[in-house]
Amino acid sequence: MKKAKWLVPTIYIIFLMLPIYWLLNMSFKTTTEIINTYTLWPQEFTLDNYKTIFTDSTWYTGYLNSIYYVVMNTVISVAAALPAAYAFSRYKFLGDKHLFFWLLTNRMAPPAVFALPFFQFYSSVNLFDTHVAVALSHCLFNIPLAVWILEGFMSAVPKELDETAYVDGYSFWRFFFKIFIPTITAGIGITMFFCFMFSWVELLLAKTLTAVAAKPIAATMTRTASTSGYELGLLAAAGSLTIIPGAIVIYFVRNYIAKGFALGRV
Amino acid sequence: MNKTINQKAWFFVIPVFVLVAFNAIIPLMTVVNYAFQETFGNNVFMWEGTRWFKQIMLSERFHASLGRQFLFTFIILFIQIPLGIGIALTMPKEGIGVPICLVLMSMPLLIPWNVVGAMWNIFALPDIGFLGHSLNALGFDYNFTQQIGDAWFTTILMDVWHWTSLVVLLSYAGLQSIQPAYYQAAEIDGASRWAVFTKIELPKMKKVLTIAILLRFMDSFMIYTEPFVLTGGGPGNATAFLSIDLVKMALGQFDLGPAAAMSLIYFFIVLLVCWVFYTLMMRNEGNQ
Repeated sequence: MKKAKWLVPTIYIIFLMLPIYWLLNMSFKTTTEIINTYTLWPQEFTLDNYKTIFTDSTWYTGYLNSIYYVVMNTVISVAAALPAAYAFSRYKFLGDKHLFFWLLTNRMAPPAVFALPFFQFYSSVNLFDTHVAVALSHCLFNIPLAVWILEGFMSAVPKELDETAYVDGYSFWRFFFKIFIPTITAGIGITMFFCFMFSWVELLLAKTLTAVAAKPIAATMTRTASTSGYELGLLAAAGSLTIIPGAIVIYFVRNYIAKGFALGRV
Repeated sequence: MNKTINQKAWFFVIPVFVLVAFNAIIPLMTVVNYAFQETFGNNVFMWEGTRWFKQIMLSERFHASLGRQFLFTFIILFIQIPLGIGIALTMPKEGIGVPICLVLMSMPLLIPWNVVGAMWNIFALPDIGFLGHSLNALGFDYNFTQQIGDAWFTTILMDVWHWTSLVVLLSYAGLQSIQPAYYQAAEIDGASRWAVFTKIELPKMKKVLTIAILLRFMDSFMIYTEPFVLTGGGPGNATAFLSIDLVKMALGQFDLGPAAAMSLIYFFIVLLVCWVFYTLMMRNEGNQ
């Protein structure tokens, strides 16, 4: 019984790793090897694909663009969501429940519905093809998510904390920054993780709102696939590199993930 | 928690309200605008009333993609939820295995969606992909770019690969919150494994499972990038789910009126289902 229990997660993890392994495998092969033979590991091991990505500016600027707008979006989302989540967790006010549900509906809106109007709207305010445009458009689903998660964490903090601080003569903002935010660091970490995650993986809006200057790496990949024939090795290498930022972020928040899901009601 | 009534709390909400309204209301109004009018560019509009809505509601194409969408969503919910619970139950509860499982299982969640599609494309290609090659070597006639059944199989397998971990993480979080005393009591009473699951574990996971189902429903209903990169909606229109069909109509053929009407109907369906879930969820919380 004890042994059998290990079996299920192990098989599942192997299933998860197989396509990733295959991508890595492809990324170290030459194009001729990919097309002409079927091999389980690279016969002529090559780093050329990675070399191309790190030296060709159309490739590496794609990465920089992605990271740039993802970080911008994470900062905006969390900064705006903090006071709002506090309001939702501590106070009753006119229309609070409706507002909360309205926020959530935006998390539910299919990005495909918004792609075209976003394009027109951001063009008309002269933000098309800027990092700001992508960062702002991702707020559509990241802010509701951030409010939702943070509200869960904040509600877990007893209200007595606030009251004691006021009795001790703290002003609201001093309390908020000196006492309250440090108590919910874990929650903020989780929130940033999820904002990062959903902004990093989203492509439809990012692709629609950019042309050259702010083009994300994921869009560079799709366009390369369609224009320069079928350079599978190069695509595989670019794809493998997009896994790295996520992997780094997961490693840092690994202990919070499960807890965050439970408390934050994601 | 008892909350105080404070209308000034609105000031805290204003930044969020403005940012989301900026992104949600203005574009949504554009969609509404197109849905009721005909345009030839240059901001010239003609009132069309509900014509586009009627056209979409009666069109075979919409029925077909809606049907495919529901079928897909039900299949993946049917697979991912039980599978996710099963894996969460067998995961180690402490020790070095925990972070290893969590980190490795979260990996698919953080890969950009088009990379997921591209990765599965490479993985499933019948000649050079591991999956395609192995299946063909085993004697199956497998080719996801040609055969409808294979395309569905690959798309579903990809989604299971991509999102089951979310259900696992949520269920695992729910399981971790159960006090050991419950299990000890069950052991003293001589409860069977099945009884422990249905009487202790499942009720404790109810809340997180509702969230899991809600999230999986929403996201699978909006699925676009992964199947678009994997199959491009093909062969034919076999895997053209709602979003793919919509983008094709709006950006490919520039049928703005019908596309906008379809967007609104689409959004309305998602909203309706989610509202039902949300109400049920909130009622559950009220009971506890």
